[in-house]
Amino acid sequence: MSTEIAFVRRQALEPLPPPANTVGVVGWLRANLFSSPLNIALTALGLYLAYLVLPPIIKFMITDAVWNGTNREACINKEGQAPVGACWAFIRDRFAYTIYGSYPVEGRWRANLFFLLGAIAILWVLHPRAPRKSWGMLYAFVLVPIISFLLLRGANWLSGIGLPYVETARWGGLLVTLVVAAVGIVVSLPVGILLALGRRSQMPLVKFFSVMFIEFVRGVPLITVLFMANTMLPLFLPEGWSFDKLLRALVGIAMFASAYMAEIVRSGLQALPKGQYEGAMAMGLNYPQMMRLVILPQALKVAIPNIVNTYIGLLKDTSLLLIVGIFDFLKAIETARIDPTWAAPTTSATGYAYAAIVYFIMCYGMARYARSMERRLAVADKR
Amino acid sequence: MASGMADERPKVSPLYDPKVRGIAFQAVLTVLVLFLFYEAVTNAAINLQKAKIASGFGFWNNIAGFDIGQRLIDYSATSTYGRAFWVGLLNTLMVAALGIVFATVWGFLLGIGRLSTNKIINLLSTIYVELIRNTPLLLQLLFWYNAVLKALPNVRDSYDLGLGMYLNNRGLFTPEPVFGASWPLVNWALLIGLGGAIAFRHWARKRQERTGVQAPVFLVSLGLIVGLPVLAFLLAGRPLSFNHVNLGRFNISGGLQVYPEFVALLLGLVIYTASFIAEAVRAGIQSVYRGQTEAAYALGLRPGPTLRLVVIPQAMRVIIPPLTSQYLNLTKNSSLAVAIGYPDLVQVFTGTVLNQTGQAVEVVAITMLVYLTISLVTSLFMNWYNARKALVER
Repeated sequence: MSTEIAFVRRQALEPLPPPANTVGVVGWLRANLFSSPLNIALTALGLYLAYLVLPPIIKFMITDAVWNGTNREACINKEGQAPVGACWAFIRDRFAYTIYGSYPVEGRWRANLFFLLGAIAILWVLHPRAPRKSWGMLYAFVLVPIISFLLLRGANWLSGIGLPYVETARWGGLLVTLVVAAVGIVVSLPVGILLALGRRSQMPLVKFFSVMFIEFVRGVPLITVLFMANTMLPLFLPEGWSFDKLLRALVGIAMFASAYMAEIVRSGLQALPKGQYEGAMAMGLNYPQMMRLVILPQALKVAIPNIVNTYIGLLKDTSLLLIVGIFDFLKAIETARIDPTWAAPTTSATGYAYAAIVYFIMCYGMARYARSMERRLAVADKR
Repeated sequence: MASGMADERPKVSPLYDPKVRGIAFQAVLTVLVLFLFYEAVTNAAINLQKAKIASGFGFWNNIAGFDIGQRLIDYSATSTYGRAFWVGLLNTLMVAALGIVFATVWGFLLGIGRLSTNKIINLLSTIYVELIRNTPLLLQLLFWYNAVLKALPNVRDSYDLGLGMYLNNRGLFTPEPVFGASWPLVNWALLIGLGGAIAFRHWARKRQERTGVQAPVFLVSLGLIVGLPVLAFLLAGRPLSFNHVNLGRFNISGGLQVYPEFVALLLGLVIYTASFIAEAVRAGIQSVYRGQTEAAYALGLRPGPTLRLVVIPQAMRVIIPPLTSQYLNLTKNSSLAVAIGYPDLVQVFTGTVLNQTGQAVEVVAITMLVYLTISLVTSLFMNWYNARKALVER
């Protein structure tokens, strides 16, 4: 019947490859860089900007940089040679100074141990799969502060085990920055939670005091809070109560961080549906039980990204301590860069570049953690 | 009887009655706060007396005896502390106002750049934002001031920027405009142009609602706002001349000096705050659902009007609250001027005046009050603006 059909293809043809200009490098370039006249103009502008900025930075930071040397001689411009770039020899020479300040050289292991304890605390509390989180919280928020205090400050009765007293005026550099940030972190979370609960309290006076404190501290710059802690706190105390300078600054930083933390926790509390409160009350839980077992675990979990962002702000804010005369990391660099031993054209820029790298590593690390937590929480919410 | 029973509260010991407990807790808290306050005040009084420091605001009218480089109002070493306060406050407000304007423009550009489909623009904006957001502002200020502006050549080797402008380690020198007697005419023309533009826009909108006919609002406004003053300027006989900068070998005179402290502070604040504004803008634009754009296209709107009439108005609702807090942060961060010596409120008042008078309580209290007022006024204004822009729901 239908034998007229001479040929019937039994197998499908191999598909043709996609047009060459939509795949691979060419396709990517066309889609992302040259899809329209505006896009082409933007690409040209971007490339030009990158050309303006990147080669000088690479030249300064790496190619023209000086890596070895013992004093300013290494980093001054020489006749007939290109101007020197970053003076990394200066950083290599003063590295320990920027980390420990004037902390006694034979006691530097104490600072190192403090860094180690802190690193363990961070890993234990923040890592999503770390075991026994509640023990981790106890370790980070109770044990580490006590041990660190004894370890870093020492006391005369502890000098037998190698921990002689070191006055806080001799602490310095990154050590002080991290101590202040750690105290701010440890104090601001519980105080911030209390203030946030106070602000949402049914009791008018409790609410009033909480709102006053939060709005007052948030309405003024940190530097004025530090000035207040530095100059007014000693006035308010009875005579004879001497007050350590570092401690005064710590009080200021802790107050400031707590007020900001309170607002973050409050936003977490507000994100919870009312049914959670009603459910907890229907179960017969009293207020502390309800908060501890039902409300706060959920509210804090929602708020984790914002809490970490507040911590980033806190770490950056510790640099303000140099204005009230605390010897923090930035102050160590400020002191080192004007030291005549290393007076050279690029010493200042090198010092600031080093400080920027150190702050960036710490802050960007925290920011990445906050973002990954945000994604994890978003996944959990989808179910 | 039964209903009465249901209304009655169960009899509990007052120790466990939440109401009694609440009152007792608040009473204890109040007494504690008042006690601490009382202690602080009496201790301060005793300590001040011991240190022989005067109290009260009598110092306000005393002669300050120090000079301030940059000032917007007349001030000299023989002026009073009160005058110094106003100089500092005006300097703070000036740098904050300029910073807000520039940071908003730059931040919006960066925020849009972060969302650009162009990979290079996207990458550059991302690097900028991450780098700036994750380093302290103070470090950036010190960098701009000490490593960039102070490292500029001295007066003899000033950079010639053209148009009579010079840049050296003492700042930026530009020709100073000198306004002629008939200059007010130009100001009036500008005012009339602005009024006319607003009136025309109002009329055009009314007409479009009535008839659907669009009017070239932008071009007419441009003509009114720019054209009218230019016309007045020419008619009044060009009442503007310049006081030029005289560049000597060791000294520089004439013209307008922009201090390096001011430049560093403004630069640092704008660059830092813009990176945060960029993130707020990005979040705002991303929060507008894609269907909105598609619906606008389906209605026949072109991409420009879609962005202007559909996407941006909705994005602004999300952007405004974080934008407000960034404006407040910028104003508060301007207090870091003290680290580079720009004479703002904190540097002049909480720095020099506090050191000279020793009246820490009064000086710090006044400074905090000023910042609280600025914060409060800004939030009130932005809340009002936000309420105007908010979605009207039933």
